This record gives sequence, C-alpha cells and structure tokens, in this order.
Amino acid sequence: MKKGKKIKKQTRNRRRPFDGLQALFLFLVFCLITLLGAILSNSPRTVSGLAGAVASLQDQSGVESPVTAVLLNFRGYDTLLEVMVLLLAVIGVWSLAKAPFPTPETDISPVQMGVVRLLAPVMCLVAAYLVWQGSHLAGGAFQGGAILGAAGVLLLVSELPWLHAIPVYVLRIGLVLGPLVFVGTALSCLFLTGTLLAYPKGTAGWLILLIETACALSIGLTLALLFGGGRPESDVPGGDSP
Amino acid sequence: MITTLLYSLTGLILFGMGLFTLIIHSHPLRKILAINVMASGVFLILIATAYTPLGQGEIDPVPHAMVLTGIVVSVSVTALALILACRVQETSNRTLRKKTKQPKNTKGPKS
Amino acid sequence: MTTSILTLFDSILILTLLWLGWRLLSSEDIFKAVILFISFGLLMALAWVRMRAPDVALAEAALGAGLTGPLFLAALRRMNRTRKGERRLDSDEKREKDQKTDTEQT
Repeated sequence: MKKGKKIKKQTRNRRRPFDGLQALFLFLVFCLITLLGAILSNSPRTVSGLAGAVASLQDQSGVESPVTAVLLNFRGYDTLLEVMVLLLAVIGVWSLAKAPFPTPETDISPVQMGVVRLLAPVMCLVAAYLVWQGSHLAGGAFQGGAILGAAGVLLLVSELPWLHAIPVYVLRIGLVLGPLVFVGTALSCLFLTGTLLAYPKGTAGWLILLIETACALSIGLTLALLFGGGRPESDVPGGDSP
Repeated sequence: MITTLLYSLTGLILFGMGLFTLIIHSHPLRKILAINVMASGVFLILIATAYTPLGQGEIDPVPHAMVLTGIVVSVSVTALALILACRVQETSNRTLRKKTKQPKNTKGPKS
Repeated sequence: MTTSILTLFDSILILTLLWLGWRLLSSEDIFKAVILFISFGLLMALAWVRMRAPDVALAEAALGAGLTGPLFLAALRRMNRTRKGERRLDSDEKREKDQKTDTEQT
C-alpha cells in the first residue's frame, strides 16, 4: 500500500509542472480530431468500393470466400510481405534477448495440467478447421495461426519440460516454412505464367490451400515464439550458433 | 450511412485518446497500450467505411483483408516493442547499479 | 423495430468501447489497464461482427485475448522483477553464476 501511495505521489508531482503543456497537447489533439472528423463526415461515398470488382472475379480466384480471395489471390503480394514482417519480428526478438533459463523443477498444478491436456488438442483441431474453412467461409491462415499461437502460449505458460527439449533447428525450419512455400509458389508461378503469384488455371484452389496451411503453421509458431521472449538455447551447451 | 459515420467517429475518438495518452505518459508499457488503442481506432474507421447494411449489397472485402493483415502485424510489432522496452529497462538498471557502485571503487585512485 | 434495436445496440456498444478505452488509458495501475485492454479487444471483436466482418472478428478475438494480453502481462512481470532485482536469468548468465559459485566453493 505504502509503495503504491509513494508512486502515485511521485507521478502526481512529476505531472504538475507540465499542466500547461498537457492542456496544449489536449487542445492540439482535439483540433486534429475535429478536423479529421469534419473530413470523414464530408468525404464522398463511393458507391460500393471494390466489392463489385472482387465479386466479378470471384469465379477465377479458386475460393469462395471473398476475403480469402483478396488475401491470397488478388493481393497475394501484400500477404507475402506481411508473412515476411512476422519473420522479421521474430528475428528482432531473438537478436534482442535470450529466453529465460528454464526453471529446473516446476510444480505444475494438476488442474492446469488437465486444462492443458484438454484444451491444446482441441485448439489444434479448431485451428485446422479454420484453415480448411477459409476457402468458403470466415477463416483462413491468420485465424488458424492465431489459435495455434494461443495454444503455444498455453503450453509455454505451463512450462512443460519437453518444450525445452525441442531442438532449435526444428523451430527455425518451422519459422521459415510458410514464407518459403509462399515464395516458392510465387517464383514457380513467375516461371509458369510470367507473372508473380498469378496461379495457373485450375490450380488456384489447391495452391491457396497449400500456402494457407504452411503459413498457418509458421504464423502459429511465430506468435508462440514471440511470447517466449527471446532466443531459445541451442541444445549443445556452450556451442551457441551466432 | 449513419452507422458508418457513428462507428468511424468512435474510431476517431479512440485514436485521439490513444494519441493523447501516448504523448502524456512516460511509462513504456502505457505507451505501447496507447499505440494499440490507436491501431484499433484506425481499424474501426477502415472497417466502418466498408460497411453496408444487410440486404443493401455486397461488402467490400479489400479493407477487411487489409485490417486482417494489420491486426497480425500490430501484434508482432507489439511483441517486438515490449521486448525492446524490457531490454532498455534491464540495461539501464544495470548501468544505474554500476554507477552507484563506481564511486566506492574510484575513490581510491582519486584521493 | 429491428432498426431501433440495432441503434440501441450500437449506442451501448460504442459507449462501452469509449468508456473502456478511456478507463484503460487513464488508470493508475498498469495491470488493471492490461486487463481492461483484453476486455476492450473482446468488445472490439463484437464490433467487427456488427460491421459484418467475421474474419476480422475471429482474428481479433484470438489475437487480442489469446496473445496481446499474455504478451503485456509477461512483459509487466519481467519489468517488475527487473526493478526488484530478481530477474530470471538466461542461460549464459546462469552459467556464469554457477561458475562463480563453484569457484567460491573451491
């Protein structure tokens, strides 16, 4: 309690001299918001945006869900770069910090163990279903990957000992699997059709499913490793790969 | 039409609140929280502009795809920013400790 | 009838979103702010469903509740531990410490 009070007092004292400045910032932000609001309410409404264009090309995209068609067919380039951004984030985290040393004996409560045993397989199943469902309903690689990542967080939180026994190269391969499959497909499309990511006729549906599956695995692993908070130790003690 | 305006104004206000907090507060975690709220506001504006009421035509899927990409990127950026904040605090903590220890060590040669 | 119900729903959702946003940004305690942020994310998912964007809602619900919240909580714990000086060591530091204690013992 005392500490909390002290901190509160400190922040109050620290804030007081800036009151004039705070008011100025509040005023500036208010001006910005008012201007943006005026622009928003006066902006001309285009009739339907790109909905018509997407709907007219839906048959050729190989999937029935418009969002998946945009993500992986019409604007596949954006998604490719986005997967690269995820990979870059993991590289950044790994170069900044090392994973904390695993605590030797963790007493996992049986309730938590039971929850993990019950939930983790179900989450994997839901993730797989979402990826498969992405071709015709809401769902896809990102949603499936997010749920896989959440399952990974669940496993990491309960500090299962076998997690630290996974060799690092397996993790690395898993991380680059999605981007590699995506880039490989893009390049082979470049050779076959002359345009990057223009799928050959009739193969679009299968190629999209392949890319989505690989990307969902990679995204899930990426998100879980981001939660891990650092580069995991390689299994050979003292033999760190740089 | 009204719904679109209502939700985009909400997004705008969220953006403003986030921006104000980002400027005012000094704690890094609070700054990252504020950036996340700002991102939510921007996403809300984007999705609201694509909205058409039920039965009045198709919904524009392009902003949806953009926001989907944006959400995943914002999570990875948040993770990177949090690790950076932690490392900054750890490093500054270490240097602070060294600085407080140093006077004892350097007293000898100086005097 | 349906439009009035929808308007009511809209206004309640928007007011809750704004109130939650304000509370989480202005609360003194960061832990409270993080918890409020998780609930804010879940309400955002509701707003996405209302905006007829189920894909975004799925992603937001999974990422906002399942990942961003735990990320913030883990970072908060790490920072608190660093401030108290009992940070969890990574493997190199642990090895150094072990070697030190070994040499001290011998």
